[in-house]
This record gives sequence, structure tokens and C-alpha cells, in this order.
Amino acid sequence: MTIKRIDARGLSCPQPVVLVDRAVAAGNTDLEILVDNEVARENITRLATRRGLKTDARQEGPDMVIRTAKA
Amino acid sequence: MKNIFSTRTGIIVVGAVIGIGAALLQYFGNPPNMGICVACFERDIAGALGLHRADVVQYLRPEIMGFVLGAFVAAFLAGEYKPRGGSAPLIRFFLGIFAMLGALVFLGCPWRALLRLAGGDGNAILGLLGLISGIFIGVQFLKHGYSLGRSYTQRKASGWIFPAIMVGLLLFLVFQVTFTPGGPIFFSAKGPGSQHAPIFISLIAGLVIGALAQRSRFCTMGAFRDAILIKDFHLISGVAALLVFAFAMNLILGQFKPGFEGQPIAHTNHVWNFLGMALAGLAFVMAGGCPGRQLFLSGEGDMDAAIFALGMIVGAGIAHNFATASSPKGIAAFGPAAVIIGFIFCLIIGFTQRDKITA
Repeated sequence: MTIKRIDARGLSCPQPVVLVDRAVAAGNTDLEILVDNEVARENITRLATRRGLKTDARQEGPDMVIRTAKA
Repeated sequence: MKNIFSTRTGIIVVGAVIGIGAALLQYFGNPPNMGICVACFERDIAGALGLHRADVVQYLRPEIMGFVLGAFVAAFLAGEYKPRGGSAPLIRFFLGIFAMLGALVFLGCPWRALLRLAGGDGNAILGLLGLISGIFIGVQFLKHGYSLGRSYTQRKASGWIFPAIMVGLLLFLVFQVTFTPGGPIFFSAKGPGSQHAPIFISLIAGLVIGALAQRSRFCTMGAFRDAILIKDFHLISGVAALLVFAFAMNLILGQFKPGFEGQPIAHTNHVWNFLGMALAGLAFVMAGGCPGRQLFLSGEGDMDAAIFALGMIVGAGIAHNFATASSPKGIAAFGPAAVIIGFIFCLIIGFTQRDKITA
């Protein structure tokens, strides 16, 4: 399974969520989403959970990487 | 550390605090059905500074300063203070202007629309329906790739500018500064601008709400947007709590007076109540937050949100100087024209500011 990367840094609310939702709707489950603020992390985590995915976030320098996978 | 305020319970508690706080602020002296109104209070600040000369709506509202400074402190303590900016500032400035023009045709921001309804003002229903319609249009743009582009991290000191302005305004208020005889700072002697809770109470309320809203990401526009866009009812549970608790508190304090006619600082023109708020709702979606949320983001160091807030303050000056702001007597001569121009602006921005969609 290839991991789809989404760079959502610096995008205002709700664009990070829209990008992730679009990717999930297209059938992707393994995503790696780069965000630069806590709000985007919370929102994406909430959406991914509602879409039946499990999430895991790690800090990467000033940014955060959210990894999603089939629950 | 887990952020308890961004949970479902958290957002409901914050909505309840805002609803109760607003009813109490009215009880302590703020204008009727206007315990808190971000648009109206920014309009009063514009008046106090002399950006317009409508002498009934001039006061430096400490709630606004409190919102920004409370959010600033909360973000700082949580390690979320992060200066950023550079995402189409000029577009955001004009979205702020047109959001204010639309809001002042209706006479209120989304918060006040809820508070008006909680106080029994039926005209607020038209405003809220307009708000939801405007948000619905904005959501269609979002679905088709609407974006104002990325913001970028800015140097630490740049995020202090907006909070520093708020401290300055607060000092002008506390010391009742007069710059020239008969000149600013203006304070209304009559009308809504003359009605206000004691400075100390207003400021504390603003600080508490600012801090809570920063932690919980409370946003009235986001509430309806998320419900329409991704069927997420997280934020809207906070909005519902605001409405319910403001209503209950109004009943307790004897502030609930149902009807359409003769409602305080409101008019009964259904068409323009609807369309004014529809324009405001559309502009809020395109800028990424309701007027309150934009202030909380400004406190976090979001300079794009600060530009939007400044656009709203300048927009208030335009609204009163160019006869587009409604009054209890009804809409003003150029209100409809302002709304139409605002819609044209927002539609052009919505159709032109788009990223390619790749799924």
C-alpha cells in the first residue's frame, strides 16, 4: 500500500480537513498529513476517526505528521 | 497534554459560559440583546476612534480587547502562540470590510443573532437563515478547491502587534483620553454606545471568554460549515449550548421579550436581514472564521486574522459614513447596494481563488 502524502501546512481552517476528506473519499486509507498547528491536528484526527481510520501523530521539527491507517 | 476544552463536553461548557456571560453582561449594563456582539462592539470601537461619527455607537468595548488578550495568554501558556501570516492579506481585509457591511445591515454578528433569538427577537431567525445560506454558498467554493493560499511562520515579535493595539485601546478607555477638544476618543452620551457594563466586569468577561474560546476553537460559522461540509456536529453543540443557556438566563433575568416589532436595536426588513447576514456568512467562510474566532486567532499570532479584524473595524467606519448601516428605523439608503457589491466581490474571489483538485 502506498502512502499518500498531504501537505496541509499553513492552510486555514477547514482546508486541511477538506484535503484529507477528499483523499479518504477517493479510497485512500494510508495517509501521511503534514500540519503546522494543533487545531489542524485535532480536526484531522476527529475526521479520520469518524471515517473509521486510526491515527497516530508525531512531532517533526516545527511541524506535526499525522499517519492514518485502517482501524 | 490533553486539551479538555476541545472535547465535546468542553465545547458545550464554553458555549454555555458565553451564553450565560452575555446575558449577565446585558444585565450589568450592555445594550439589550447585545451582551456580546463582536461586529457591534468593533463598530463602537471604530466610532470611539472617530472612524465614523454616528454619536450613538461610540465606545471602546473592553470585551473585544479581552477576547484578543485572553486568547493571547491562553495560546502562550499552551505553547500554541505562533506568529503566522501572508495568506492573501488584502483579500482578507476586504472580506472583513464586506462581512461588517453585511452584519450591519442585519445589525449583529452571528453571536448577536443567537443572542437576539435567545432574547425573543424573531427577526434573528431571518438573520440566522441568511447566515446558514451564506455559509452554504461558501462551502460549495470550499468543495471546489477554494483557498487563499498558505500562511507562513513569521518572526516572534510580529504576533505581538495586534495584542499591543488592544492594550493601547484599553489604556485609552481607562484614562478616557481626549486628543483634541471635541475630538476623539468619542464616548456616546446616549444610545447603545452609552450602555455598557462596568469596565472591570466587561474586561474580565472578555478575558475569560477569550481564553476559553482559544482552547475550545469555538466558532459559530465553523459550526454550521462543518455540519454542512462534513456532517461534523462538534462545534454546533457549542453554538446550541450558547443559545439554550442565554435563553434560560434571559428568562431568569426577565430579559426575554418575544416578538418581531419593536425589538431593541433591530429592524423588521426580512429580506435584508436575510441577505445582510448571508453576505456576512459567505465572507466568514472565505476568511476561515466568524468575527469572534478571528479575534481569538489574532491573539494566537495569526496576522491574517488580525487583518480581517481590522477590515471589519474599517468596514464599520464605511458603513456609517456611507449610509449602509441599518438602524432600528430600518435599512439605510445604500445598505442594499453595499450587500450587492459585497456579494459580487465574494463571488469573484470564490471563483478565482482556487487550487487544482487532485484526489
